[in-house]
Amino acid sequence: MTSSADTPQLHSAATDNGHSPKGGSRTAAQPVNGRQSPTPTYPVIDCDIHNEVSSIEQLMPYLADYWQDYVRGSAFGAPHANDYPRGAPTSARPGSMPAEGGQSGANLQLVREQVLTPWNTEIGILNCSYRVQSVKQEDLAADLATAANCWQIDEWLAPEPRLRGSLVVPSQTPARAAEEIHRFGNHPNFVQVVLPVRSYIPYGNRYYDPLYAAAVEHELVVGINFGGAPGHPPTPVGWPSTYLEEYAGMAQVFQSQVISIIAEGVFDRFPDLRIALIEGGFAWMPSLMWRLDKEWKGLRSNTPWVRRAPSDYIRDHMRLTVQPVGAPPDPRYILQTIEQLESDTLLMFATDYPHWHYDDDSEAWPVTLPEPLNSNIWSENARSFYRL
Amino acid sequence: MTLDLEIAEQQQSAEKTRLAVIDTDIHNFDVYDDPIFNQIITRYLAPEWQEHHKMIGMRGHYGVGYPRHQPNAARTDAWPPSGRPPGTDLDFMREQLLDAFDMDYGILNPLTGAGGQVNREYGAQLARAINDYQIAEWLELEPRLRASLLVNYEDAELAAEEIHRLGDHEGFVQIILVARTQEPLGRRKYWKMYEAALEYDLPIGIHFGGNAGHPLTGGGWPSYYIEDHTGMAQSFQAQVASLVCEGVFEHFPELRIVIIEGGFAWMPSLAWRLDQSWKRLRRETPYLKKAPSEYMQEHFWLSTQPMEEPRQQEHFVQLLEQMDNGRKLMFATDYPHWDFDSPDRALPATLPLETRRNIMAENARQFYKLA
Repeated sequence: MTSSADTPQLHSAATDNGHSPKGGSRTAAQPVNGRQSPTPTYPVIDCDIHNEVSSIEQLMPYLADYWQDYVRGSAFGAPHANDYPRGAPTSARPGSMPAEGGQSGANLQLVREQVLTPWNTEIGILNCSYRVQSVKQEDLAADLATAANCWQIDEWLAPEPRLRGSLVVPSQTPARAAEEIHRFGNHPNFVQVVLPVRSYIPYGNRYYDPLYAAAVEHELVVGINFGGAPGHPPTPVGWPSTYLEEYAGMAQVFQSQVISIIAEGVFDRFPDLRIALIEGGFAWMPSLMWRLDKEWKGLRSNTPWVRRAPSDYIRDHMRLTVQPVGAPPDPRYILQTIEQLESDTLLMFATDYPHWHYDDDSEAWPVTLPEPLNSNIWSENARSFYRL
Repeated sequence: MTLDLEIAEQQQSAEKTRLAVIDTDIHNFDVYDDPIFNQIITRYLAPEWQEHHKMIGMRGHYGVGYPRHQPNAARTDAWPPSGRPPGTDLDFMREQLLDAFDMDYGILNPLTGAGGQVNREYGAQLARAINDYQIAEWLELEPRLRASLLVNYEDAELAAEEIHRLGDHEGFVQIILVARTQEPLGRRKYWKMYEAALEYDLPIGIHFGGNAGHPLTGGGWPSYYIEDHTGMAQSFQAQVASLVCEGVFEHFPELRIVIIEGGFAWMPSLAWRLDQSWKRLRRETPYLKKAPSEYMQEHFWLSTQPMEEPRQQEHFVQLLEQMDNGRKLMFATDYPHWDFDSPDRALPATLPLETRRNIMAENARQFYKLA
């Protein structure tokens, strides 16, 4: 391993990033790049910005000689997930492809220009979707994760103090994932461990306990993000023909993971664990809470460790990012949906950059809500959940 | 679930007698290792398949065990005095369900696992046997009952054969499949079955259940029955998305689908998400002529049980408002199973009388063309 893996503190950015959380100094609308900032009045914390590895070459400096030979010898290009097909408009908003080539979301300067600056973003949380989970070769998966994390420190966290990172871990082997969390867990700018929502085994299973224990030890949020490619079908009824189904259907995988995490007692085993559901939408959450609470009422003797209504665990331990909103045609319904969550603290703002869900920044969060809900969603829920 | 719901239930029961009831999900056969179920099969199974049945019997996709909450997943009080398994004794079912709630009609959904058989031909024979059982022991004896026609849905040609054999029988009002199929139901391998159903103007009912061998979730195999049971709603959502996105309704504009025992509160958010995704991705599916939600609105009906229960009644009212005031909802009990929704308690009394009347009976009466 390179030295950066062993001594991440060398790469730590200054803790005072010059963006004080006090919102008082940000009261006036500031035209930025010739346009009005969409949210002049509130601090903005963006909980989902993607930083993507364009090429294995970027990780080579962080890989051992053996792996460099292996990668070149086998012509290994990247973990294969294809959960963001390159040509799909949902994968890349117009103008987000770097001029030099590579992935949308791979260029820090574009992230600054297209997200951090126009939004006056106080803090942006990166979710790197490098899918080491799809590499069945366990050792390669683990070392690719380490390389990706070193790369995140050097190329993203060190040069840009407004950003926070999410650790890529080989979650398919939780003991190795725990090692990775211990390796970087004390780095001040990693705030989360990111897992793809599509897992080989559901995230409630005790199998993952070493991963959760490590996350809790380092006070990291576990973020469950859109995508993943475990090899089995993305739906409970087999492989769909269209990406449209897979894309929209990712919400059902989130639902399944919530059910698993609650029913299998993760929060009973790890009362301090915090889980963020990222890029899965949220409009489905009330209906899931109602159903799950009803099921628990009838079946709670089967899972006696679940001591409270499932929706109470969700409100206490989980948060959801708002993009993609999955907004109904009638804006009243979205207000109803938020009301049905019965919580002011569940939702966290996100742009999901560079994924394309809205045409104009002003549509990124389509409703105006009463205080404190409004500022909670723009920043305060994330600030408190991620302890920023 | 909460105190105000309990109070509402009491208020409702006084008024309850005014509402007709049609139960769109009653079970008269279930797959359990039970001598009486086996007797029923052997009584109606074709002679040339008897030896096969004795030697091999049912073989599905094994390795998946979620012990159910109750024996036969039944209400503890649903075991008939005759000693037969719950749901299989017509007299007891009349007493406990049809008469007790003064039902106008009840629709039988036998759960035989016909489509889950690894031997497709045998699966089709099972379906035949159970359909003949339904005619002889249920439809001919009880005029309030209608039945769903069981088919081996995994082989559309075999399914179509059975639909042609009995599609004209007036006791059968729909074709019954399960939620967990081998492939999403929009795929073309199922289309011949839809074509046959349309010849007889029969809707397709997709019922809770099934096991086609792949994981119960997009994230792998869960551990507990509550996950298996709750997780069925995700299977239903995948089926709705598939039927819409594969263009089934462009090909079969008359096709009607009923979601049975899937709950329904997930339907609005699914429609919103599909619409939003489709706006971005529509070039992938050039055969779709309108937004997914429009197909959903035109082609899907839903039975109510297990009805989602918000803590706040007003949230249930909002839900119905988002669902066209429940115009597509049809009441169901799921008798004799443990998660029975009772006709006199299920719907909040705060709903307008008209809405309750439609959900409790009139929507189903119209949909299934019951007198």
